[in-house]
Amino acid sequence: MNKGYTWRISLILVFIIASGIYLVPTLVSPLPAWWSGLLPKDKIHLGLDLQGGTHLVMEVETQKAVEGSLDLIATDLEDSLNSQNLRFKHIGKLGGDKVQLTLYDRASAGTVQTVVKKKYPDLEVLPLTDEGGFVNLQLRINDKEAQVRKDRAVAQALETIRNRIDQFGVSEPIIQREGIDHIVVQLPGIKDPKRAIELIGKTARLEFKLVDENVNAATASAGTLPEDDELLFEKRTDPATGAVSETPVVVKRKAIITGDLLTDAQIRIDSQYNQPYVAIEFNSTGARLFDQVTAANVGKRFAIVLDSNVYSAPVIRERISGGSAQISGSFTEKEAADLAIVLRAGSLPAPVKILQNVTVGPSLGADSIKKGLMAGLIGVALVVVFMGIYYKLSGMVANLGMVLNIVYLMGALAALGATLTLPGIAAIVLLVGMSVDSNVLIFERIREELKLGKTPHAALDAGYDKAFLTIMDSHVTALITAAVLFQFGTGPVKGFAVSLSLGIIINLFTSLLATRVLFDAFLDRVHVKRLSI
Amino acid sequence: MELLGKTKIDFIGMRKISFIISGIMALIGLVAIVQIGRGAANMGIDFSGGTAMQLKFSQPVTIQAAREALAKAGMKEVELQEITGGNQLLIKMHKSDITTGKVADSVQAALQQSFPSNPFSVESSTEIGPSIGDKLKKDTLVAVALSMLGIILYIAWRFDFKFGVGAVIATMHDVLAIIAVFFVLNKEVNLLLITAVLTIAGYSLTDTVVVFDRIRENMHKSLKDPMIEIFNRSINEVLSRTIVTSITTFLAASSLLFFGGEVIHDFAFALVVGVVVATYSSIFVASPIVALWEKSAVESKA
Repeated sequence: MNKGYTWRISLILVFIIASGIYLVPTLVSPLPAWWSGLLPKDKIHLGLDLQGGTHLVMEVETQKAVEGSLDLIATDLEDSLNSQNLRFKHIGKLGGDKVQLTLYDRASAGTVQTVVKKKYPDLEVLPLTDEGGFVNLQLRINDKEAQVRKDRAVAQALETIRNRIDQFGVSEPIIQREGIDHIVVQLPGIKDPKRAIELIGKTARLEFKLVDENVNAATASAGTLPEDDELLFEKRTDPATGAVSETPVVVKRKAIITGDLLTDAQIRIDSQYNQPYVAIEFNSTGARLFDQVTAANVGKRFAIVLDSNVYSAPVIRERISGGSAQISGSFTEKEAADLAIVLRAGSLPAPVKILQNVTVGPSLGADSIKKGLMAGLIGVALVVVFMGIYYKLSGMVANLGMVLNIVYLMGALAALGATLTLPGIAAIVLLVGMSVDSNVLIFERIREELKLGKTPHAALDAGYDKAFLTIMDSHVTALITAAVLFQFGTGPVKGFAVSLSLGIIINLFTSLLATRVLFDAFLDRVHVKRLSI
Repeated sequence: MELLGKTKIDFIGMRKISFIISGIMALIGLVAIVQIGRGAANMGIDFSGGTAMQLKFSQPVTIQAAREALAKAGMKEVELQEITGGNQLLIKMHKSDITTGKVADSVQAALQQSFPSNPFSVESSTEIGPSIGDKLKKDTLVAVALSMLGIILYIAWRFDFKFGVGAVIATMHDVLAIIAVFFVLNKEVNLLLITAVLTIAGYSLTDTVVVFDRIRENMHKSLKDPMIEIFNRSINEVLSRTIVTSITTFLAASSLLFFGGEVIHDFAFALVVGVVVATYSSIFVASPIVALWEKSAVESKA
């Protein structure tokens, strides 16, 4: 009388054991030493809503990256024209996609044109135009080239942010690009989200600029400055009162040295004043430039500028060779440490804008887990009691199926390394109610068949057979919505869809195969006159 | 145990009453959707953009005092809500002039200044820029449309067109009813509500499919009986299953509602409402529509 339930029971047992093995890393921590090799190490991840943490969506302002590269091209052209003794009146960025060179006559314009074409083959050279006695030569970045630069900027920003987070020290961060110019950052369990966000979002463009001593900074305004100067401010926070004072500083627009030439940045404490500062090291190019500039400008001031804020503007006392310098300012130890991190990790190619910031405190997360589990246990208990009363022994078989369903689901979540969110827990609780549904369908059928006068075994077979199609139909429709939720949902909603769809699939197995084998095994061994249903 | 013996309730006969009730609910739901589209409903910041914070104070704080503290700092359009137990306060602000990333800081600074002797911790803080909200709205519409389409196609394939339409009308009815309830109670329309609505759409469909399955089976068995009688008999036959499944799902959803905590309270509420509405609609909405349609088709042939 073997109806093939040996293999069915084995299958159930295999799944139970597999679920158990996959759940070990989630339940046991730390793992015992012998737990190694092929045994799974992935555990069910908790979503940020359960363990606390920060979820950021940032937009890289890619247009600024394009404009930044135009500035670079302008500076570079200025240098190469100077070195070739080609005369020009002005070179500068024009609008969001052009560099304009203003030249004295058409003859020199022609020479410059060939130089430019050779140096920047990717750029489009527009026809010459005359304006007020001068000749204008315009270079344009075409859309395709701009797109390439934008794309590179996002990739670079992603890399830089990843570096910064690694150095800041967050366990299991997720840093991904999303769409064209968005970056998604997840920092689980982070304690000081504000500090992390400032660290990640800082552009950290470091520049060394000479102070223009010929202009009186106190009376200068943006309109009266010489064309190649700019007005910046040095902000100082009084540590005692917290008041912020701003000192204007007029500097040359052109940066002598930039943060790209750094090899290292470390926080140090000034032994004399007990003030933190950041010690930086230049690479060989940077060191040579620094040596030359300090030698030529002894007695003048050198402004250290970060993201258009002057950190300090010390006087150059002597030629500095060896390639090291220090940035001091009025910052706390934490600020200095963070500054060292961003300088080491490099600057962002363009500023980033925070579009979305979801932060959940650890206590709320713990509270959600506790309440979710509580609700789950109560839900299970209520359903178990109801089914036991309503369907007696058969109800207990359905309950067993439901418990199997939960065990399998947890095992599957662990095996897939899925993320459990609060809505995910809700989906599991809801599944408890829904998972007995298939058995309810079957039992109601069996009751009908029994009323028609069939024997228990015949009624059982008929019940399972007739309910089969209905169960399939209802599961497929539920799966359609779950799949759509999975495709479009983000974060917590996605967690809900994962739990729900896995649960639906597993439910097919437990209700159609697992509960049935219990009935079969029982009815084959024991001769019953009445089914307890 | 059996809740119901063999029943012989004339469900299709009650259609006049049920259609009126459903019509009113659907109408309110449609009004609610129009209002949501105009942004006139209680929108969650995930759709509208803005800032939401949950703060836990060490001593009780009145909403009035918090409102004054924020108004002093220039934040006037603030929605405040107390969470029962634990001195917690929910703060919600829609689009504001302050740039994203700074609102939460300003709120904290303002409250720290006004309540220096009552320190608080930030339980959660969410800031969403308007562009994200717009994208989410679009994605949500696509998701709802896609799942509805998938369901129509499946039902139309498994049954026939009339059943497909009946199932979709019943499902739409449930969606509208849940939204109507949320709108009337002025509960927040957010991503979790949409998730609950889609879940209930799936559940409602399951219920409807079970009834339809039995109707189809009985139609094949007894070709001579009047259509309405077959429909009534089928609904009565599966009635105890419909009720039992509703009870178990209702029990699970209710335990989420009462014990699941503040964060998923409204989500669980939508599920509980949805289970009730879905059970009602599979009996009183889906089947009568198909029954009337089938009946008129048979009569016009005769």
